[in-house]
Amino acid sequence: MKILLQNLTKIFPGRGKKNTQEVIAVNDFTFEIPDGKLVGLLGPSGCGKSTTLYMISGLQKPSGGKIFFGEDDVTELSAENRGVGLVFQNYALYPHMTVKQNILFPLQNLRGEDKLPKDKMIERAYYAAKLVQIDDLMDRKPSELSGGQQQRVAIARALVKMPKVLLLDEPLSNLDARLRLQTREEIRRIQKDTGITTIFVTHDQEEAMSISDLIVVMKLGVVQQIGKPQDVYDDPTNLFVAKFLGTPPINVFTGKVSGGKLFIGDAPVLDVPGVEDREVTVGIRPEGFVLDENGPLVCGLNSVEVMGRDVSVVCRHENAVSPVIRAIIDADNKVAAGETVRYTLKPHKVFLFSKEDENRIRF
Amino acid sequence: MVESKHKWKAWLYLSPAIILLLVFTVWPIINTVRMAFLENYNSMGAVGGKIYAFGIGNFKQVLDYKLFLNCLGNTMLLTVLTVPLSTILALLIAVCLNAIKPLQRILQTIFFLPYVTNSIAIGMVFAAMFNMVGSAFGGENEIVVTAGIINNVIEFFGGEAVNWINAGSTYAANITVMVVYIVWNALPFKILILLGGLQSINKQYYDAARVDGTRRSRVFTKITVPLLSPMLAYVVITGFIGGFKEYSSIVGIFGEHMGPAGDAKRLNTMVGFIYDSLSTQQGRASAAALILFGIIFVVTMINLYVSKKKTHY
Ligand SMILES: Nc1ncnc2c1ncn2[C@@H]1O[C@H](COP(=O)(O)OP(=O)(O)OP(=O)(O)O)[C@@H](O)[C@H]1O
Ligand SMILES: [Mg+2]
Repeated sequence: MKILLQNLTKIFPGRGKKNTQEVIAVNDFTFEIPDGKLVGLLGPSGCGKSTTLYMISGLQKPSGGKIFFGEDDVTELSAENRGVGLVFQNYALYPHMTVKQNILFPLQNLRGEDKLPKDKMIERAYYAAKLVQIDDLMDRKPSELSGGQQQRVAIARALVKMPKVLLLDEPLSNLDARLRLQTREEIRRIQKDTGITTIFVTHDQEEAMSISDLIVVMKLGVVQQIGKPQDVYDDPTNLFVAKFLGTPPINVFTGKVSGGKLFIGDAPVLDVPGVEDREVTVGIRPEGFVLDENGPLVCGLNSVEVMGRDVSVVCRHENAVSPVIRAIIDADNKVAAGETVRYTLKPHKVFLFSKEDENRIRF
Repeated sequence: MVESKHKWKAWLYLSPAIILLLVFTVWPIINTVRMAFLENYNSMGAVGGKIYAFGIGNFKQVLDYKLFLNCLGNTMLLTVLTVPLSTILALLIAVCLNAIKPLQRILQTIFFLPYVTNSIAIGMVFAAMFNMVGSAFGGENEIVVTAGIINNVIEFFGGEAVNWINAGSTYAANITVMVVYIVWNALPFKILILLGGLQSINKQYYDAARVDGTRRSRVFTKITVPLLSPMLAYVVITGFIGGFKEYSSIVGIFGEHMGPAGDAKRLNTMVGFIYDSLSTQQGRASAAALILFGIIFVVTMINLYVSKKKTHY
């Protein structure tokens, strides 16, 4: 089922004397989530990801805008009747119930014609448990499970009533690095198997990029960019998005355009035809650097970190915004020991941004 | 080892408390047991050098005593009636208090007021409230007794005044008044504990329950009550213990005669019985105290056993 968010807005009113400032947690969010896709909602802490999710689930009422599930306007529908599956940031498993009881609980709440006979419920619970591979833990209490197992129980509980929409709020934030990797693949697999339209919140861009069909990048309640992960990475609309995506992060320089050439410092590093003369912010992806003895961009060399397939060259430049810049190059290229390294740049890995509003300047 | 080197210090710091406990708790307990098993023990006699035989005569005496069975009955009845009633009421009030945001502080304070008020004083107020409208003496020298507000209300709605606590009142009426008073008196503490418990329940469970499509009644029975069960168990267990020690509330309403005028001791309790025996028959009082202890012990064990099975920690 597709989900349509139409000018969705959430304003938390200021309260009391000390806290008069109202918070616009989500600002005019319009987006159609195609049926059966996994969408990653991405942004720094406090940008309104959870709030968006809670509005879709019905736990919070929007201050403005509408939400459609398929063709139905569900904006006024209460959470109890919306039938979404939601996995909370900290799972919120019922501590007094066993895994089995937790998973059964949403089914036992069904009423009227949706009500299932008991054996059917058990069957569905075990099916959901098998899907997330916890069917051997059914009689444990949540406190007797590891973080990863709890998370899978939470997913099973959200899946068991076969919701049309599955919402996951930073479900991997409590897991260690390896388990994160493993579970995010699992989430992807389950989502593919079931074909449930899924929204996945995270502030880890790598996580979002790796499993999402589409990503939505948010900042301070405002959507910055929506698109396929690779497209957003390759073609960010502004400096925020460019900086937010990619590890190691993009390297930012101050530069200027003069006569169709981009200058970083005094060196003309790239041809940028069609851009008027102006001061710009330059973003260069780590993989955009090419070692070249005669390259125009001269950087001070700090160190070289070999990471198996790749080599990360840590260097510095007086026009860089951050003290160190990182270039990722193929391990086959030997970095000559010395005071400096020189690079030429791959044009499609270099982005120009306006100094004033940080929006992209295309060339 | 460091530990043993400093052990004597620990004992030194603890000694004031230990000495006080020994003198005022442990010794009285031992002495009570001793007195209970000395036939017809009486401290005056003991001071006079009388030797008492060892035996279970005191217990026999207590159990044979019709008055004791009466006291036991009263105590049991009041406990069985008031503990569930006050617990359920406190739970409902706590849930309601927890649900409303404005005025919560003020209402909380109001509900807590009885706890900081002297129970004898409250008892006297209740006694006044439940007073009978009418005359104490018939005929010419009729004295109109203060009208109690409860009967005023009953009469306002066209009912007939009930003799709650005055001379000639029925046992059922007396017990009703006692139940109302004890429950009212027990509420604040229970509400306080349960409200604290409710406020410590993670709100996210309720969000999860909503997303899971849970009806309100089911949220209460399947989420709130189980998550509150440790506090509920605590409240019930202490309620039972307090119930078996009921005494001052009866004094508060009926005075030290423990009953309506003309039927003294009708509402006497176990503790009342012990007090009554204390001045003359210390052996009997001790035996009764041990019996009371035994009952409380058994009931508490049952409570703990049940709550272990039912509560989630
Ligand atoms: N109940 C509330 N009352 C007032 N402001 C709120 C409330 N809930 C959230 N906010 C504010 O709304 C903004 C968005 O919050 P939200 O929880 O959606 O962030 P988030 O993107 O999920 O962040 P995180 O990654 O830290 O979970 C924040 O500035 C937050 O302070
Ligand atoms: Mg959040």
